[in-house]
Amino acid sequence: MHEVEIAVAIAVATLRAATPLMLAGFGELITERSGVLNLGVEGMMLMGASVGFIGTVATGSPILGLLLAMLAGAALALVFGVLTLSLMANQVATGLALTIFGVGFSALVGVNWVGTPLQGLSTDIWPSLSTAPPMVQQLMLLDPLVWVAVLLPFVVQWFIYRTRAGMILRAVGESSDVAHALGYSVLRIRYFAVLFGGAMSGLAGAYLSLAYSPMWSENMVAGRGWIALALVVFSTWKPLWLALGSLLFGFVTIAQFQAEGLGLALSPHLLAMLPYIATIVVLVLISRDATRLKLNAPAALGRPFHATA
Amino acid sequence: MNTTRRTLLGASLALPAAAMLPRDAAAADSFKVGFIYVAPIGDAGWTYQHELGRKALVAALGSAVTATYVENVPEEGADAERVIRKLATDGHKLIYTTSFGFMEPTLKVAKTFPKVKFAHCTGYKRAANVSTYSARFYEGRYLTGIIAGRMTKSNVIGYVAAFPIPEVVQGINAVLLAARTVNPNVTIKVVFVSSWFDPGKERAAADTLISQGADVVMHHTDSSAVVQGAEEKGVWSFGYDSDMLRYGPKTNLTSVTMDWDNYYIDQTKEAIAGTWKSSDTWGGLKSGMVKLGPLNTAVPDSVKAEVAAAQAKIESGALLPFAGPVKDQSGAVKIAAGASLSDGDILGMNWFADGVQGKLG
Amino acid sequence: MRLSLEARERPARIMTWASPLLAAVGSVIGVSILFAALGRPPLTALYVLFVAPLETLDGLAELALKATPLLLCAIGIAIGCRAEVWNIGAEGQFTVGAICGGGVALALGGGGAWWLLPLMILAGIAGGMAWAGIAAFLKTRFNAHEILTTLMLTYISIQLLGYLVHGPWQDPDGHSFPQTKQFEDDALLPMLIEGTRLHVGALFALAAVPFGSILLGRTMMGFRIRTVGAAPAAARYAGFSRNGVVWFCLLLSGGMAGLAGICEVAGPDGQLTPVISPGYGFAAIIVAFLGRLNPVGILFSSALMALLYLGGEGLQVSMQLPIAVTGTVQGMLLFFLLGADVLINYRVRLRPARAVAGVARHA
Repeated sequence: MHEVEIAVAIAVATLRAATPLMLAGFGELITERSGVLNLGVEGMMLMGASVGFIGTVATGSPILGLLLAMLAGAALALVFGVLTLSLMANQVATGLALTIFGVGFSALVGVNWVGTPLQGLSTDIWPSLSTAPPMVQQLMLLDPLVWVAVLLPFVVQWFIYRTRAGMILRAVGESSDVAHALGYSVLRIRYFAVLFGGAMSGLAGAYLSLAYSPMWSENMVAGRGWIALALVVFSTWKPLWLALGSLLFGFVTIAQFQAEGLGLALSPHLLAMLPYIATIVVLVLISRDATRLKLNAPAALGRPFHATA
Repeated sequence: MNTTRRTLLGASLALPAAAMLPRDAAAADSFKVGFIYVAPIGDAGWTYQHELGRKALVAALGSAVTATYVENVPEEGADAERVIRKLATDGHKLIYTTSFGFMEPTLKVAKTFPKVKFAHCTGYKRAANVSTYSARFYEGRYLTGIIAGRMTKSNVIGYVAAFPIPEVVQGINAVLLAARTVNPNVTIKVVFVSSWFDPGKERAAADTLISQGADVVMHHTDSSAVVQGAEEKGVWSFGYDSDMLRYGPKTNLTSVTMDWDNYYIDQTKEAIAGTWKSSDTWGGLKSGMVKLGPLNTAVPDSVKAEVAAAQAKIESGALLPFAGPVKDQSGAVKIAAGASLSDGDILGMNWFADGVQGKLG
Repeated sequence: MRLSLEARERPARIMTWASPLLAAVGSVIGVSILFAALGRPPLTALYVLFVAPLETLDGLAELALKATPLLLCAIGIAIGCRAEVWNIGAEGQFTVGAICGGGVALALGGGGAWWLLPLMILAGIAGGMAWAGIAAFLKTRFNAHEILTTLMLTYISIQLLGYLVHGPWQDPDGHSFPQTKQFEDDALLPMLIEGTRLHVGALFALAAVPFGSILLGRTMMGFRIRTVGAAPAAARYAGFSRNGVVWFCLLLSGGMAGLAGICEVAGPDGQLTPVISPGYGFAAIIVAFLGRLNPVGILFSSALMALLYLGGEGLQVSMQLPIAVTGTVQGMLLFFLLGADVLINYRVRLRPARAVAGVARHA
């Protein structure tokens, strides 16, 4: 029985750890599917974390806080969009600059809210908790954003492969010139994708500051934006793989803590390498099939588009 | 825009900025003190306590002192040394470097600026113009160990730690030894998160320890995430660095807090008066550098009395937290019966006492 | 009427110089508004940010010291980017270079041998190359994307360094703190200017500029790199090996990052600690693009980036502004610089709305 309890605890903790990665990852996946590489995820997440926290404390409404966080993420993404889409600045460099800006600006905005206590997001979304078995209760106590993250891969999968809008998005990412020739407004579609990515990053940041560890503190995203970026490449831009990758990454981190708590004798530094080594190994396994990878990678990724033809 | 630092720091910084330019003589009549912080002030932990000390200094000495800080200075030779030099060349007469990693840079700069005084926190190398100071955090930890030993039902204490350095190891051993004086069955599970500040990881590590049966959790990292996690799961917690009761009103039993105010005020006064001498300060409960925050009402009166008695004995020197007999994890005797550890041995502590589950190195 | 961008037939030479000036004007206005909003006199703040660090010899030496690792890493990254090889893990190669060179210093230092420093430098370069070589192998053998592998390898290298300084390489007299012994004097790079911290590593960085320019502009390898990057189909037709270029670019940029790493620890640091680089490898990516992937341009952009760090510290010391402001200001400045470069390849035209489509079609 004890083993089952630990297994459920690991499952719950893995889901929670994977949620911010999935939220930000799916935003970035859509952005990259349109052919745009935005490395500023960390900065946008921090803006979302900061503004989401402030918004929730100031308005008393977590829903409003989450919306404000998405707006803040999208606002930063808009700066990125203007620079890279309209002014055709290099996407890699602009994304990195966006992170520098986001780290600084989120701290500037949030300075008066450091140390403010906040009740986390409500978990009372299911009725009649007390009658359920304890295991199920554990799962039902997960906060609503986790459920959003769990549903997201299927929604995004459906959107990309089954809807007309998804088809256009892929076309723009695959060959912007062809999409343009077919009469689609490449820039407008990319702007939408970039803004969506920013909003999702903002949401992911707000998950950290409102639910995962309810507080605001400078730099609290602590590198998760970079992990989300890595996971998008790792997934070869496929939604279900992204979900799997996020869960795997979350699991390896949690499993490492569990192993330490159980007294397994391994250097914490060597243990901390495990998630990264695992990511490389899985990447190698799925990238070996070169043709499959090529089919998925947006061919126009990172290339600016200017309507000249 | 009301989010500026100035509104936080009060009038002392409302001086016209031009007057603070290095070449301007206007700043010369107030004694310039510099602080180097390793993290942003907003980390709510270690650096924040030093910033409170700086504010207390400004409040105490008023316009007689100008206290500058530089935050988020990487613990990396090239950057730290430059920032310390910059403060020294800009006319700062006394410079506090508040993290272990600033030790070598502090000493290097001190060599080039023999007239400037330096104080380095948590290091062990001194010079004619370099003092060291630190706090016996483990004395506060010892008191929390007594409470933890009394409050635990599962006899498992969870400990979320950043890195296996002596300062952290001291705290873990102190908690174990204290808890076993009141409850011999206590064990400690340690998880290292390999980061001083990552609220998400700290929280996940606490959840893990709780799922493995810990009903008391504590942390040696810089955020309040562990305390918040414990509140949500309904297990006891202890805070660190600053009072964290507001993050866990029901379950946070107390916090071990650091108070640098008096050290900064006294040292600065001595420097202004010209009586400053290089010294090594290692303050504990007695000097008030380490304090126990307010106790939660959940702590029974009998335990409160026990804690108060232990605190009085530590302050008087009658109780030494690291007194034998103590064995390490392998069963080797580290402190013989009747003996106690010297300060040097405590400073270099690199073993876990028997009863700690976790791995060093 | 609407604004539109129109492609130039060839890049405008004048704009390669005018666009940074335009960006400077834009960012001065933007940054001034920010300073004013924070209640600081903008002119004083700008002076502290851009001029004060350059006023003394010591300041200039510090600028060169800070620019050295950025320059070395950025030139390597830029050469890779020309071939569309995205090495974003210079940070990791920097770290492994420092570990390998530092390991030599710890093992053999103190003997006074003339070959110690050269051996350390070679070990540093080899370490960086080996670390990047892993990514090159995974890319050419398994098709694993180097953006991801180099980033993951960076995290691994930082943990490796942590393991070494907390474990086997820890200073036995260091009270169990995570650090190695101080390097012996014979394992430290000689100083260039007495009284400052500028060491000979700056010369390596300076030499990397003509090296990079000649490699890209005058050699067969440079031609291959540019062809593979700009016209992959033509490169295939010409029989250029894509894999060969991947290996070359990653080994070269890894070696240069490793050199930067050993120069940092054998220069200002003098020992290995858990944190060696405050993000040089990542900042170098921005530096590379600000310098338009051109070694000479990177010389200027690395100096600018270093100035931003130094000036940012000045803002904290002299103006009592928090570090958050520094990041915000740096970000704004980079936005303006990156955005203004559009003028090199495009001109802005004000046109009646309906004419735009026509121009676009016939251009």
